[in-house]
Amino acid sequence: MIKITNLHASINGKEILKGLDLEVKAGEVHAIMGPNGAGKSTLASILAGREDYEVTEGSVDFDGVDLLALNTEDRAREGLFLAFQYPVEIPGVSNVNFLRTALNEIREYRGQEQIPAKDFLAMVKEKSKLVELDAGLASRAVNEGFSGGEKKRNEIFQMAMLEPKLAILDETDSGLDIDALRIVSNGVNALKSDNNATIVITHYQRLLDYIVPDFVHVLHDGKIVKTGPKELALELEEKGYDWLK
Amino acid sequence: MEVLDNKITKFREGLAKTNLSFREESLKYAEDTLTELDFPTTRVERWKYTRVAKIANTQFSSRKDVVKQLNLPIQDAYTVVLVNGYFDKELSSKNLPEGVEISATSQSANNLLGKVATIKNEVFTALNTLYATDGVSLRIKAKTIVDKPIQLVHVITGENTIATVRNVLVSERFSEAEVVQVFLSENANASFTNNVSEIIVEEGAKLVLDKLQNESESNFHYSNECVQQASNSNFKINTITLNGGLVRNDLTIDVDGENCETHLNGAYILKGKQHVDNHTVVNHLKPNCHSNEMYKGVMDDQSTGVFNGRILVSKDSQKIEAYQSNGNVLLSDSASINSKPELEIYADNVKCSHGSTTGQLDDEAIYYLRTRGISEKSAKALMVTAFISDVTKRMDNDKVVEYVHNQLHDRFGWDF
Repeated sequence: MIKITNLHASINGKEILKGLDLEVKAGEVHAIMGPNGAGKSTLASILAGREDYEVTEGSVDFDGVDLLALNTEDRAREGLFLAFQYPVEIPGVSNVNFLRTALNEIREYRGQEQIPAKDFLAMVKEKSKLVELDAGLASRAVNEGFSGGEKKRNEIFQMAMLEPKLAILDETDSGLDIDALRIVSNGVNALKSDNNATIVITHYQRLLDYIVPDFVHVLHDGKIVKTGPKELALELEEKGYDWLK
Repeated sequence: MEVLDNKITKFREGLAKTNLSFREESLKYAEDTLTELDFPTTRVERWKYTRVAKIANTQFSSRKDVVKQLNLPIQDAYTVVLVNGYFDKELSSKNLPEGVEISATSQSANNLLGKVATIKNEVFTALNTLYATDGVSLRIKAKTIVDKPIQLVHVITGENTIATVRNVLVSERFSEAEVVQVFLSENANASFTNNVSEIIVEEGAKLVLDKLQNESESNFHYSNECVQQASNSNFKINTITLNGGLVRNDLTIDVDGENCETHLNGAYILKGKQHVDNHTVVNHLKPNCHSNEMYKGVMDDQSTGVFNGRILVSKDSQKIEAYQSNGNVLLSDSASINSKPELEIYADNVKCSHGSTTGQLDDEAIYYLRTRGISEKSAKALMVTAFISDVTKRMDNDKVVEYVHNQLHDRFGWDF
């Protein structure tokens, strides 16, 4: 699905990623853990195509496509999805209108017809149930006035609507109470299939009780320093990160 | 006051004096104004950000013309067409409903002319009084509820043409009507529309006025709406500027009765080198009234906007609720806006607020939308259209809103 090789990246001349390697296959869930400042969110931003970062070395192969050569929107159209740590509020732009535009532009890119209005609305109804998102929220402006939990649920709702091949969840658990965490995780688990994959970026092990990873990676100082089974997360929770440095 | 070596004398040469039935004192007042004053410079406070030298330096002439096909906002309306300030009988509706009187201002002995439009020291209005060729006189009779919109179409054609139009609109007691004033141009270049409307909304009457400005990007436009509201009346004006090179809108509403509602909505969407200036005044002269004003602007390229919104609450006008907001989005580094809200409140028991914001589209929001597969262009369009929709949502007529959306689609490529 995705193969990251020797990725180096910097911002304002400061190197953040220093030779990162990672391979995720279809059907897998990978967790990336690590202390603050290790480069977790940088990795998510670089994969999504944020222009502030400069990739100085390395490659990212996404299902046979050179991901780094694509602009942000084309990465999404190829099937990459980033759930934001801090979803952005967009005043006046309704969730529904925005998702219809997104879906249709993705479909156009793939040479598909526009989605019929009826099918779209049925889809909105079905997918908003998945994350127990109030139908009213779907028609409201994107994230405007949403609580922290609603914003995260809205991220997963969008993910459900766009049906990505690879979803990257960037600290989706931050700021969530246990109920919201359960709802968000249930949504992610329900979307899981043999044809897609998920990268879960998190600081805490707690989320991994709900979204169970096949692999846990520890990111430290711009590199993956340790990879293990899901039990590694528990060990990290207990011992912290210092023993790996 | 400074004089631009008296451009106005030259400007007046070749223009024929009006035949409209103004009262002597109105004509004298206008004549005195033009004798005393020349075109305003930016040293005049009301014209601080709007330069009219291009108008002052052009020799305009008045000419009749005919037009064939017009793209009008509303098909199903009572329509009146004026071309270059002259009534066009061919294109105007023949049948009018009962209770609605529409005539050419030149054909009616209108004793209201010059009564409402009395802005002091206003050169363009004085020019309008002295040189108006014609206009629309509209009277909605008492208790009449007009079933369809009344569409007043002003077309300007040709090069350096001047169209000087004077309208009088009266909504009599307890009547209800919607009037759509449309300004269009056909093969026009550097032409000048000077349009003054005197509007009376009598007791208990309701009037909605949609003003759609869509002249060519080389045209000059001055318009002045002077409105008088009597008690229990409801007046709404939606001023939408879609095109035009140099546009100045003066809007003055005297709310001279209790329990009135007044709504002022405006949108200006500019690009190229367009300049659009909205000066509004809401004059609360009596207690227990409510006014609400929202103007929004989007400026691209090197375009410039001006918003000056004044709310006056007189000493005895208690329990007034008056709100005003002006929001602006600049789409380029070279675009600019001068926004100035002014509240002057002399009563002590009122609720008033105003706010002005200017900004650019949020880069974070654009990035967020792009991560969902939306192109940068569409992302910007989504955000801009949402911004403008705050104004168009306040408009009542779907056909008018559709026209506005279509025009913006054609001009900017935005989908609503």
